[in-house]
Amino acid sequence: MMPQFNVMENYLVPRHSIMSEEEVDELLKEYGIVKGKLPLILMADPCAKALAAQPGQVIKIERESPTAGASNYYRLVVEEKTGL
Amino acid sequence: MVSYQYIPKKIGKIQFALISPEEVRKMSATKIITADTYDDDGFPIDMGLMDPRLGVIEPGLKCKTCGKKVDECPGHFGHIDLAMPVIHEGYTKLIKEMLSATCRTCGRVKLPEERVKQYMERINNIDTISLKPFQYLSLSGSIRHEAVKVTQCPHPDCGEMSKAITLDKPTTYREEGHKLTPKEIRERLERIPSEQLLLIGLNPAVARPEWMILTSLPVPPVTVRPSITLESGDRSEDDLTHKLVDVLRINQRLQENRDSGAPQLIVEDLWELLQYHITTYFDNQTSGIPPARHRSGRPLKTLAQRLKGKEGRFRSNLSGKRVNFSARTVISPDPYISINEVGVPMPIALELTVPMRVNEFNFEQAKGFVERGHNIHPGANYIIRPDGQRLRLTERNKETLLEKLQVGYIVERHIMDGDIVLFNRQPSLHRMSMMAHEVRVMDGKTFRLNLPDCPPYNADFDGDEMNLHCLQGEEARAEAKIIMRVQEHILSPRFGGPVIGAIHDHISGNFMLTHHNPLFPKEEAYHILSRTSFKGKLLEPDIVDENGKEYWGGKTIFSHILPPGLHMEYPSAVYTGDGDVEEEDSLVKIFPDDDGRSRLVTGPIDEMSIGAFKGKLLEKIVRDYGSDAGREFLDDATRIGITAITLMGFSTGIDEEDIPEEAKLRIRDTLVEAEAKVDDYVKKFNSGYLEPLPGRSLKETLEVEAMRTLGRARDMAGQIASKYLGLKNSAVIMARSGARGSMLNLSQMSGCIGQQAVRGERIQRGYQGRTLPHFKQMDLGAAAKGFVKSCYKSGLNPTEYFFHSMGGREGLVDTAVRTSRSGYMQRRLINALEDLKVLPDRTVRNTSGTIVQFKYGEDGVDPTRSARSDPIDYEDIIRTAMREVA
Ligand SMILES: [Mg+2]
Ligand SMILES: [Zn+2]
Ligand SMILES: [Zn+2]
Repeated sequence: MMPQFNVMENYLVPRHSIMSEEEVDELLKEYGIVKGKLPLILMADPCAKALAAQPGQVIKIERESPTAGASNYYRLVVEEKTGL
Repeated sequence: MVSYQYIPKKIGKIQFALISPEEVRKMSATKIITADTYDDDGFPIDMGLMDPRLGVIEPGLKCKTCGKKVDECPGHFGHIDLAMPVIHEGYTKLIKEMLSATCRTCGRVKLPEERVKQYMERINNIDTISLKPFQYLSLSGSIRHEAVKVTQCPHPDCGEMSKAITLDKPTTYREEGHKLTPKEIRERLERIPSEQLLLIGLNPAVARPEWMILTSLPVPPVTVRPSITLESGDRSEDDLTHKLVDVLRINQRLQENRDSGAPQLIVEDLWELLQYHITTYFDNQTSGIPPARHRSGRPLKTLAQRLKGKEGRFRSNLSGKRVNFSARTVISPDPYISINEVGVPMPIALELTVPMRVNEFNFEQAKGFVERGHNIHPGANYIIRPDGQRLRLTERNKETLLEKLQVGYIVERHIMDGDIVLFNRQPSLHRMSMMAHEVRVMDGKTFRLNLPDCPPYNADFDGDEMNLHCLQGEEARAEAKIIMRVQEHILSPRFGGPVIGAIHDHISGNFMLTHHNPLFPKEEAYHILSRTSFKGKLLEPDIVDENGKEYWGGKTIFSHILPPGLHMEYPSAVYTGDGDVEEEDSLVKIFPDDDGRSRLVTGPIDEMSIGAFKGKLLEKIVRDYGSDAGREFLDDATRIGITAITLMGFSTGIDEEDIPEEAKLRIRDTLVEAEAKVDDYVKKFNSGYLEPLPGRSLKETLEVEAMRTLGRARDMAGQIASKYLGLKNSAVIMARSGARGSMLNLSQMSGCIGQQAVRGERIQRGYQGRTLPHFKQMDLGAAAKGFVKSCYKSGLNPTEYFFHSMGGREGLVDTAVRTSRSGYMQRRLINALEDLKVLPDRTVRNTSGTIVQFKYGEDGVDPTRSARSDPIDYEDIIRTAMREVA
């Protein structure tokens, strides 16, 4: 077995967390959108894997920003690549 | 003209599918059997490629199918029944996958029953609306791949072993070496059961796999491939017609040979030839086969060539179109028009028009335009009746039309001073490449452009041409004026500073006017200010001499065009930080006087104040006082600069780079010393005494040391030379104030040009261990590796000249390569990002509403409204407050 490596511990990887249903509802209400209009993240993404995220869940990414201090990003977990 | 505007139907969706041979025949107006087009009398032959049932192209004739006239008849397809089936070039990959994924005898997908069931369930369960097509695509792809890998038919009633199928480009299939004919392939595809098509990527409701093998070929209507009659009276046919003639000829011969029982070899040859013609009919650039050519040797433009690439239908007719109400000509400069204006030559002003709806208030004015007609300037070219009929104004009919003119008509009047037009220079790389200008009608034949507008368009006057578009609607004009006008684009969204600003002589002029504050008598001060928009009370003169004669300092003159209440302090372009700031007069300070009028207290006005890209003063005025004030200030500042430089006189010549003999000797000594030092390194290198730098080989160490020594020597030479080049020198004024050129340019003219480099290294290339036959083999010294000791003024010796050309050539090649590469990159970026926009809630979304950024640029800040990446300029606020308290 290879030594386990957790990407989330690397300082360059921003904090990822799975949002609760209520948080997601609030987020969608804030932006007036449905889930499908969120940016996506693959289930196979190292961070999504580390969180054991399931399709349909939303991952919150808290990034540090040189201009804004901190900024949040949200991605919908999907199973497969869907883009062109 | 037919009006389509009331057709009450909307396209709900478009479905792409395969076309079946039956459908081809059903939609066909006629079968085409003969390769001849016209008979001896010039009439189209029935069932030929120009059959009148395929539509009309000659005016006056009626269509035999639908009975309509030219332009009303849409044209009708015909068809050719192929003697033998032929592979469609566009589906070769899919055909191969379908053959490999299914059993060669029973035709079923090579997956066990339960696998099929599982997959069908998954396909039926794909439900997320927006993701459906993509998910299905990737799923059916992976099913195909799984089935391809199976080596034996898993169905118990068959169990046939698979054979590997290979595709020989472009259209030959082999099964373990044995060639498969299109007929065999078609038979195999026919065996694939419809219920299983969904698994491997086809919708059985609209497609069957065997339709990828053609048995009948649609013939496009003549309207798609019109023949043209040349001046000589000869008919010239479209490339598509030529290709179809080839297809028909071979098809006919193939049929005859097959029916008469000709040897198999001949039939196969003809069959392959038919395949070739049909393949090139679809795409004449199919890889693996030679393109079909015209008799002249020109490759034919067939179906794919009509659509593909830059000259194809999409990029040149649909994404981009030719437009009316536009003009193009050479540009030339005019420093006395506003940055908001564009000079339009009279011949163009007589051609471009703006529609003007006639009402009771402008009736007299409209009459005036019509009365003057089409070739007296503010005239008109057309009037449009309320029923939509356009009438051209001519010398003869203008009186009658004038009588007819009444309220409700539209007059297409010439463009006039003050009209809003769009002005553009390609390549349009950013939004400032297309801005709205106000028209100024002028003599001459060129567009006139004020010089501060050159940087955003990247224009110069060495023959550049620009395009002008005349807006046709009130709404368009209003919108352009509010958001596209030049003055609204002074600050760039790229870096927040000005892209539109003073250049060249504007900067030299302002610098000479303000540096060390020269004095001007009343007449001259008035003269300079008379070119600006300044109105009001003049500032007090700096000096009144014993005779009572008044003198104004340059700084005071400049202060007149500043808006009130400015607090600023910043280093100018000539600021070095190591000299005496007072004596150098290089720190700019602008403060309001007791009356609140801004005064330039110290420092010169140069690139750092008003220049494009760097002008802090201009930036502050636009930001704090608005774009109107910014435009007015820039117009005034550039005019002051031009007037001052004309008044004071300014010229430069090669003798400005003269330096005294003593300086030349010192430079020579420095260079000789450096050369000796390099020779020393070379000696050490050759004898093995050279100490390698960490992480470098001996050779690299030598190169680094040589480059550094010679680089330093060049800088030294430059410093020695520039000691003799003071601010009295015009070339130095231009370089130091940021108007044009750099001190490096000057030191290369009078000091030393320095090391020439190719790929960042000293010149290495050559034969037999040397760069040129003028040197000994293995010479690693300065001169042999491209160090140019001479200056441009004294001239280069032949070897230096050669090395200099090598470096120069690399520069040219790099720019050429860079522009083409960045152009392509730009295209890809634009295609990916063109539909993104910032919404009022500051999210960035695309047209389908998908969020791309939750806050524009993470922080929601517009760079044109922020202070160098900060939303608020704290420093400026504090400085202003401190001054006000003091
Ligand atoms: Mg040019
Ligand atoms: Zn017709
Ligand atoms: Zn089978």
